[in-house]
Amino acid sequence: MLVFLARRTVQMLLVMIGVSILLFLLLEIDIDNLAIKVLGPYSLPEARELWLTENGYRDSIVVRYFRWVGGVMVGDFGQSVIYRVPVSDVLWPRLANTALLGGLVLALVIPLALFFGVLAGMREGAMRDRVISVSCILTTSVPEYASAPLLTVIFVFWLDLLPGTSNMVGGFQWQAMVLPVMVLVLYDFGYVARMTRASMAEVMTTHYIRTAILKGLPYRVVILKHALRNALIAPFTVIMLQLNWLLSGVIITEFFFSYKGFGALLLEASLNGDIFVIEACAIISVVVAVGSQLLSDLGYAALNPRIRIH
Amino acid sequence: MTDITLQKGEARESGIVRFFKGVALLRESRVGMAGAILVLFWVIMAVFADVFLALGLVFPPNSIFVPLMEPLSEFIAEPGQNFDGLGGPVEEVCSLITSGANEGKYYCGTFWLGTDMLGRDLWSRLIFGAQRVLFYAPIATIAAYAVGIPMGLAAGYKRGKTDDILSYIGNVILAFPPMVLFVVIISVLGSSGINVILAVTLASAPGVMRIVRGITMDLRNREYVFAAETRGEPLWRILLIEILPNARGPIIVDAMLRMGYVIITIGALGFLGLGLPPPDPDWGGMITEFRAMIIAFPYMTVVPCIALSSLVLGFNLLADGLREVSLRD
Repeated sequence: MLVFLARRTVQMLLVMIGVSILLFLLLEIDIDNLAIKVLGPYSLPEARELWLTENGYRDSIVVRYFRWVGGVMVGDFGQSVIYRVPVSDVLWPRLANTALLGGLVLALVIPLALFFGVLAGMREGAMRDRVISVSCILTTSVPEYASAPLLTVIFVFWLDLLPGTSNMVGGFQWQAMVLPVMVLVLYDFGYVARMTRASMAEVMTTHYIRTAILKGLPYRVVILKHALRNALIAPFTVIMLQLNWLLSGVIITEFFFSYKGFGALLLEASLNGDIFVIEACAIISVVVAVGSQLLSDLGYAALNPRIRIH
Repeated sequence: MTDITLQKGEARESGIVRFFKGVALLRESRVGMAGAILVLFWVIMAVFADVFLALGLVFPPNSIFVPLMEPLSEFIAEPGQNFDGLGGPVEEVCSLITSGANEGKYYCGTFWLGTDMLGRDLWSRLIFGAQRVLFYAPIATIAAYAVGIPMGLAAGYKRGKTDDILSYIGNVILAFPPMVLFVVIISVLGSSGINVILAVTLASAPGVMRIVRGITMDLRNREYVFAAETRGEPLWRILLIEILPNARGPIIVDAMLRMGYVIITIGALGFLGLGLPPPDPDWGGMITEFRAMIIAFPYMTVVPCIALSSLVLGFNLLADGLREVSLRD
């Protein structure tokens, strides 16, 4: 287990190095453009040159890369061009907001998806299975930016129950969380539910389930004690890998509801050319995504005693 | 020994016949048929959009008429009014109303879905939006496969170093949440049609590669591949003639799903203002444009949302039906 953990960690670090190089090359190779973005389009060429030299951008690209990575490792992402403060000052509060949003979504998606997935997979091909499966395809076909307006029309316009934006200007409001969470749950729930269904359906065809039914155990016991434990291994990994998609959806949802999270920050930064904020957001999102992949591998190995990884 | 050689032409039906037999199989899946109908509807709308326009069945998508008309409202013009999009003075192209409250005015058509705040016909913008998304999405998907399939074939067949390097590149790209990657790429390259295709290709090719690699690793141990190797066939023939055609089933199902996701992506980029430039209609862009007026004119935002979702739903149902049918035999 320890060897496996070490190997996965090394792989994860290698991927992170690749990601950092890719990001660095994409965003910082054109330093003249960088100077224009930081100092503004009307800055004097001399001022730009001075800024580039002073901040070490005329050094070789390798030196710059290591300096940048060194900064990122200790949480120094540079200075935000728009906010005129260190990037980390803007980033962490935004990240906390997104963590709240994402946490709520996962807290709803996991039980809902597992419940309906198991319900559908118990009897493959039955009416209940068909209804749940098609509903799942339906909800995963409506992307966040389409379901958000539709739900806004229903809950804000017709029913007048919820606020239409979630910028929380006057402090935290739980009502303002409902729509963003609902939008993300709707889109993400179907995929996990379908995976759970497939896994459950497969378990239900195994010999030990047939044996359990034939020896006269109540159906409820067969499902709860025999089937569930094995059927839930696959969905677990799917849920962890889902974080990658959740983060994607978060960008769109936060933009739509003006929720002050990290996805909205990345978008603002990209529209305004705030390069250091883009870098920080991208790196953080990849750390979260890759970290969750590692967790999912570990969890998979821990949950499934049949798997021995060397 | 008896002669068991098959007559020529008896051995295999032609590719076209087999293709249509495969399509006919889809009829067995109700879900797949529903998906095919949805997709076909939008494809027909997109393909014939220009024909409809030429026949005068739809208004030009970028022309300005009367702002903020309700759905199904009639386009009644006063005599002497002139609209660029009509192709002539009202008196010539529209029909005179001879009775009722609007007597003496001219009837120029119906805004089936109403008009937007600038006065552009929503139905027309919708089908030209379909044309746009159904132009870019297949190109981007095909580009992703054109990059991903060779990578997957090479990684799965060669294994070793080639596989390590290609898989590593794939892992690096797949480590990004897709939307983050799109935002970064578009903010570097700028937003244009080509860059949208580039971004989608870069982000999707590793996923394609993984699938093709998995199938190739399985197929490379088959006898017919060994036979080809023993015959001394060149590498490209083994990969493209022996392995790839046998991997087509899962690839086609994946392509349908991926197409749905590419449509979502192109819409998302339009929605975030990173996609195809205005004023040509774009479904994602329409949602953003109308978002500010969602409380006053909800139908306006709802229309592109439903259009986009129905097209994605079509592809997803189609993928599900194809999978169901392909698992059956």
